Amino acid sequence: MGTQRRHAPTVVAASLLVLSAALPALAGSASMRETMFSVLLAIGLAASLNILLGYCGYASFGHVVFFGIGGYAGFYLVAVQGAHLATAIAGGGLVAGAFAAGLGAAILRLRGPHFALATIGVNEAVKALIVNIEPLGGPTGMNLNVSVFRAYGGAAGMLWAAYGTAAAIAVGAVVLGGLVRTSRFGLGLLVIREDEDAAAVLGVVAWRYKVGAYVLSAVFPGMLGALFFFKQGVIEPAGAFRLDLSVELLVMVMLGGAGTVLGPLVGAGSYQLLRSGLLTSDLEVLGVRIRDVQLAVAGALLLLVVQLVPAGLVGWARGRWLALRSRPA
Amino acid sequence: MWSETLLASTVDGLLIGVVYGLAALGLTLIFGVMNVVNLAHGPTMTLGMFGIYLSATKLGLHPFAGLVLVAAGGLLLGVGIYVVAVKRVIDAPHLASLLATFSVNLMIVGVATAIFSTSFRNLSHDLGVLRAGPIAVPGTRVAAALLAVAVAAALQVFLTRTRLGKYVRAVAANRAAAELVGIPSARVLALSFGIGTMLAATAGGLIALSLPFTVLSGGVYELKSFVIVVLGGLGNPLGALVGGVVLGLIEGIVPVFARATWVPVLEYGLFVLILLVRPSGLLGGGR
Amino acid sequence: MILHLHRVTKAFGGLVAVRDVTFAVAPGQIAGLIGPNGAGKTTLFNCINGVVPITAGRVELDGRAISGLPPHAVARLGLARTHQIVRPLKELTVRENTIAGACFGRERHGLKAAARLADEALERLELSSLAAVPAGNLTIAMKKRLELARALAAQPRLLLLDEVLAGLNATEVGQMVRTIRSIRESGVTIVMIEHIMHAVMALSDRVLVIDRGTLIADGEPKAVARDPAVIAAYLGKPSEPADADQDGVSPEAPR
Repeated sequence: MGTQRRHAPTVVAASLLVLSAALPALAGSASMRETMFSVLLAIGLAASLNILLGYCGYASFGHVVFFGIGGYAGFYLVAVQGAHLATAIAGGGLVAGAFAAGLGAAILRLRGPHFALATIGVNEAVKALIVNIEPLGGPTGMNLNVSVFRAYGGAAGMLWAAYGTAAAIAVGAVVLGGLVRTSRFGLGLLVIREDEDAAAVLGVVAWRYKVGAYVLSAVFPGMLGALFFFKQGVIEPAGAFRLDLSVELLVMVMLGGAGTVLGPLVGAGSYQLLRSGLLTSDLEVLGVRIRDVQLAVAGALLLLVVQLVPAGLVGWARGRWLALRSRPA
Repeated sequence: MWSETLLASTVDGLLIGVVYGLAALGLTLIFGVMNVVNLAHGPTMTLGMFGIYLSATKLGLHPFAGLVLVAAGGLLLGVGIYVVAVKRVIDAPHLASLLATFSVNLMIVGVATAIFSTSFRNLSHDLGVLRAGPIAVPGTRVAAALLAVAVAAALQVFLTRTRLGKYVRAVAANRAAAELVGIPSARVLALSFGIGTMLAATAGGLIALSLPFTVLSGGVYELKSFVIVVLGGLGNPLGALVGGVVLGLIEGIVPVFARATWVPVLEYGLFVLILLVRPSGLLGGGR
Repeated sequence: MILHLHRVTKAFGGLVAVRDVTFAVAPGQIAGLIGPNGAGKTTLFNCINGVVPITAGRVELDGRAISGLPPHAVARLGLARTHQIVRPLKELTVRENTIAGACFGRERHGLKAAARLADEALERLELSSLAAVPAGNLTIAMKKRLELARALAAQPRLLLLDEVLAGLNATEVGQMVRTIRSIRESGVTIVMIEHIMHAVMALSDRVLVIDRGTLIADGEPKAVARDPAVIAAYLGKPSEPADADQDGVSPEAPR
């Protein structure tokens, strides 16, 4: 396994991401930029979740908690402390990572549905807690004064700056996913995913690997949260800890292929483009506007993926490729 | 005066808690039998709410007659969900069944939103007010709680006294062994999912008797059901009822002492804590 | 002594699965561990590598107490094992499985060094041609070999083999016996649970017999085979244990 071949998926993914992220800038299109912003955001989140879900096999249903916490940390830094966006993003990532380290040490002892339920509970508990914290704006949240954006070239300039930053973070998350996948650490995670008890017998210190994966999967979502809510100019508990977004992330990773480097990119990209396509479509089927039932269409799609291609698009393609290669054996 | 408020809140919490318990019973039954956490649980409750609402407003049925319709519909819906979404992934890793049932969740919410929008509905069925000393409770709440207890009791009788119910318990205890002695496990699994869904839909209907709701309300109650089944122990039917009452009491009593916004903090905090220190639930031991 | 068990007892609630077992294995030995089904052999392995905590007694590896250590710590001290019910990492390839053995075992190699060791181990077990195949797709016999390759890639000092011969045909048994011998010749100490009598008798320097959790015999294969207590407890009736014509001399049904 040469170094070049080992890193090929990462290089492909990063290049693909950089190229597609450049499109709106080249076209100078603001609407394209906003669509791509949501795609990049989803890719960054899905690639992060993939480290825990895909490599380590732990299905975090409440992963959005790191997005929300990072969002709140960053927003607080900007709105109250007057910090720069860069500081806010670093702070968001740091706080999310630190939270994951503490939380992971506790809840990664749980397996299967118990772990999934615990992550949901944590997300809801944090959301409910923030509602009660007045310095963070309580139930109504916080607002940014528009004048803050002046330092970033006004509202329009800020939007492009945020877009570029989102692209950079998304590339970072995908590259991190690739590096982990091809590392010794990543192999340890895969072993845990396959059989945690056997992993221990092989000498893998499971809890250390799991907490490591949890922290790595939380940092970029924290950074993206800080960026996203800065761009929005508002943050409130209901919007920061959206469980439905959390589950959508799982869907994206599964759609693309959990445990693969390209999977989150393919899954998040196609899912987001499909969603935005459905949302703006005037297509009618049997007198029903598809736009009105886009959620149901997304559900039907997920059902098909889970039932027919559980390995996801990339996983399926890779399986075909491996089968072809190992045929003589 | 203060103690009267407390008493009234306790009764209130108890009554709604029993209904929560019935919903959670549906969730825990499905988990107990086939190890699947049903993420379509909430929307099923929503459908129960709309079922009873529509049968009253469109068909002019009495809400209790509507409830029978809701229960029957819930049973069929559950069997349908099982066949379409769950059957093929039942032995796959947990994530597959979680996502399969969540896809059903999305489909129900998507279609229901398109039809009903997300505005509030209110059945406002009035059964008067029951008074006992200083306590006054709406009759619908009492009726809902009593019906919930009756349904739970009927389930207990079904599970322990009928052949089919014993099949369900056998499959829950050991599916492979049940198959070996000739129990048609495929049909029993479908039936169990149907019953679990029926309980959720019925509980939704009971909630709609006295509380306003939207298409998205089911999601809120789904989270409550998660908390309850964990309190009671995943897969433990009695635990679900006890957990429901505990949750109802927390919701009833805590606001007497603190701001109501602390209730969910306490609920979910407790939820995570129990998962960590007592994963088999307050009563210990599942099934 | 590389492995020393001192009065090891394991009770599950009221059930004593291993009772007061004491023995020691010298470096470079192959010790055969035999006994009827349910005698506590696999439980004893689990006690040695820390999968289950022992109730009483002490386990030493190279003079160092390892009882009470978690399995991963025991693995890092140079103990590797295979499982009676094979546990391949199904979605990883045969090569990745073996690399994992090398990576997290005694030496904790980086990926490159681990890959080299893995390739050697695969070569040795004649699995090289299957390196890119997902482990879940292998036949049982191949999975058994993979378990051994993975354990070997960890460069253990002590190797616990749990029924690596069960389910193999006569030719495969012959191959495996040669492989095990060559592993010992490379300096690895081996304790093996085995039901195929002629193989145990041929391979082992000494044989330990467990019955109902208790060690009832410990000695050279020939002596143990003649031991009346062993014949009574293990075989149920007097017979010739080293019958080369049959694999299944043992009284229980083959798995």
